[in-house]
Amino acid sequence: MLLKTKHFGEINIDETKIIDFKDGIPGFENLKRYVVLYDGDETSPFRWLQNVDDGQLAFAVVNPFLILKDYDIEIPGEAVEGLDIEKIEDVMVLSIVVVPEDISKMTMNLKAPVIINTKNNKGMQVVLDTDRYSVRHYIVEELRRQEVNAGACSDKKEK
Amino acid sequence: MLVLTRKKNESIIINDNIEITIVDVQGEQVRIGINAPKSVSIYRKEIFLEIQAENKKAAEVKNVDLKDLLK
Repeated sequence: MLLKTKHFGEINIDETKIIDFKDGIPGFENLKRYVVLYDGDETSPFRWLQNVDDGQLAFAVVNPFLILKDYDIEIPGEAVEGLDIEKIEDVMVLSIVVVPEDISKMTMNLKAPVIINTKNNKGMQVVLDTDRYSVRHYIVEELRRQEVNAGACSDKKEK
Repeated sequence: MLVLTRKKNESIIINDNIEITIVDVQGEQVRIGINAPKSVSIYRKEIFLEIQAENKKAAEVKNVDLKDLLK
């Protein structure tokens, strides 16, 4: 199907790739179908979560494990059940990114990741029951911190 | 809004499968126990509103080239 999008103009959506978000996502509860797109660079940790019902709605998303190496989450029961997750290999985890005017200040939402079962194309945004992760985690700062840590392993900074 | 008065250890049942129990009352604070199917999402409202607001901010993303984000 053809979809007029905000970031890509008119594109052809492969309908077999459409992910069903039964409850939408908070703030956009009525929009339930998304696809994951990339900007031609598969090695980038960033993707677009493009809504199919409203071409103007798209979120920049990121693979949080590629930014925060020790990101460690337990997939909540409501997702395991709601998405019929059988194997962890089927699960894709994405963090929604806020990109402000000053790109260096972009943040990712680690507290409420998007969980997708790639086996049956069902997805939902969950809220983790932990205080370890915030809804606004600075991405550029995090990457710098990891670089510093990699450069000086003996000097491990406590979080 | 439906308002019911309950005492400590009393419950209400919603829709046959959700049970909400008043576990404890201490002055201004009420502890609430919830028994519900795993598929039911339960959030503290202020956190839910925060996620909603964050999603709305994220949706305002301008036309950026993702490839440029980490340069």
